[in-house]
Amino acid sequence: MTNANIAELAAVTKRFGKVVALDEFSLAVGPGELFALLGPNGAGKTTAISLLLGLARPDKGSARLFGLSPESMEARRQIGVMLQEAALIPELRVAEQIDMVAAYYPDPMPVERALELTGTAELGRRPYGKLSGGQKRQVQFAIALVGRPRLLFLDEPTVGLDVQSREAVWATLRRLIGEGCSIMLTTHYLEEAEALADRVAVIAKGRLIATGTVDEMRALVVRKRITCRTILRAEEVSGWPDVQTVSSDAHGLHITASNTENVVRRLLVADEDLHGLEVQSAGLAEAFTELTQEER
Amino acid sequence: METTTLERISNAPPADRLPRAWRAYASDAKYESLRMLRAPAFAGPFLLLPAGLYVLFGVLLFGAEIAKDPKTALFMFMGFSIMGVMGPGMFGFGITISTEREHGLLRLKRALPAPAAAPLLAKMLMSMLFVAIVMASMAAVAPLGHLHLPAGRLLAVSLVCILGSAPFCALGFLIGSLASAKSAPAFVNLLYLPMIYLSGILFPLPKSAEWIAHLSPAYHLDQIALAAVWAPHVGSPLVHAAVLVAITVVFTAFAVRRVARHD
Repeated sequence: MTNANIAELAAVTKRFGKVVALDEFSLAVGPGELFALLGPNGAGKTTAISLLLGLARPDKGSARLFGLSPESMEARRQIGVMLQEAALIPELRVAEQIDMVAAYYPDPMPVERALELTGTAELGRRPYGKLSGGQKRQVQFAIALVGRPRLLFLDEPTVGLDVQSREAVWATLRRLIGEGCSIMLTTHYLEEAEALADRVAVIAKGRLIATGTVDEMRALVVRKRITCRTILRAEEVSGWPDVQTVSSDAHGLHITASNTENVVRRLLVADEDLHGLEVQSAGLAEAFTELTQEER
Repeated sequence: METTTLERISNAPPADRLPRAWRAYASDAKYESLRMLRAPAFAGPFLLLPAGLYVLFGVLLFGAEIAKDPKTALFMFMGFSIMGVMGPGMFGFGITISTEREHGLLRLKRALPAPAAAPLLAKMLMSMLFVAIVMASMAAVAPLGHLHLPAGRLLAVSLVCILGSAPFCALGFLIGSLASAKSAPAFVNLLYLPMIYLSGILFPLPKSAEWIAHLSPAYHLDQIALAAVWAPHVGSPLVHAAVLVAITVVFTAFAVRRVARHD
């Protein structure tokens, strides 16, 4: 365990009854880094955040924030939080709501500044209960920022936002990173991870599947996909060098391979009547689907 | 040395003069009170009903009879005052705790650097503020009900009632920690209404049913309030106070365990 890490989960296991939400799961967020935890719904993203926020305790392994217990006040004073589900107080005006949270922090920013940063300045006097779903998310974002946190936790921050607001949130996040803030966000939107993250961890069914930079993740899965109609059977092809997976359906044979050229050459030799040949490279979206589905 | 300290204090920005933890408590209390005062379904009934009902029954309907009977005048005043004490705590805690628990606000506050007790103290102070307003309105209409208490005694009974809201807060807290947001109002009503009737605070219970009243915190508070104005009362105020403190501590302890439980 290094102290340079701002947030760290070390081999944590968390069970809810018989369901294993996290299984020997580790991650670390460094200073000034935007770390995205990427995974389908129900993968364990929110559980990972809950452990780092001290809202749940791991059954095994450890969770640390700034080298401290996540439940300690000293650690919590340095974080900002936007949870996936948190209804704020409907009767309070937006500015009042933010002011209430600002009072918890040692050196908060002025409420107007938080409103400005999140593009909600014109909402300041509106009662929270009268806002639209997207506006509420933006106010929750302002609440996460107001304490000038060193580390920001955002659980699915842009769900329910329109494209414009999402871009605005992204711009603010980039700005915060520029000012030295670290951010950990969970998302099931690939574009979000692709647009923002320095590092990505892919999680499925509570297990870490892959971690690295966005480019590394792409490289990891820049296997190419070959589709063709052929008399060759899947079992035959699966033994070939460079071939990773083979399946067949009504559309023909589907092959993923690390070196497509070699495989295509051999396919054409083995079956002269082969037709409908297509070669595609996997984008991050496909890579992601592939990575998470392999676990199923 | 003294001057430098003073200088430092006077130069500090106003917010910093209040220690950080206090700021968090004060801010939670302020906004909890503000939101409840703004909620018409809450503020309306709990601020207006006690004095309103007192005027209806103690002045308009039975004013003539009560004018001849100072004991009944005091009994009615106390009864509606205690009713006013029960509402804000029971409903305030019961409804907001169940909603905030279910909708994630308590969870968010636990993740934020909010002191653990701040939301609870805020709600309790909110209830006490409501009771203070109720007692002011009761004191204002008391002369109409032919009740002439000296200011000192009015103040004493008001203080008893304000502090006496604690066990009702604890009761509401317990319900809020157990019931869902949807069912909490029903559960609170299920206790609130029978408690008003069975405590003997609004009309005397038949001798055979008097024991029921002893189970109710409203009865014990009523006796302390009567003692505070040197009126005839049953039992020792200290014993009644001990019962109320015990109820507050036990219910709060149960509810805290339930709410602060880790996932």
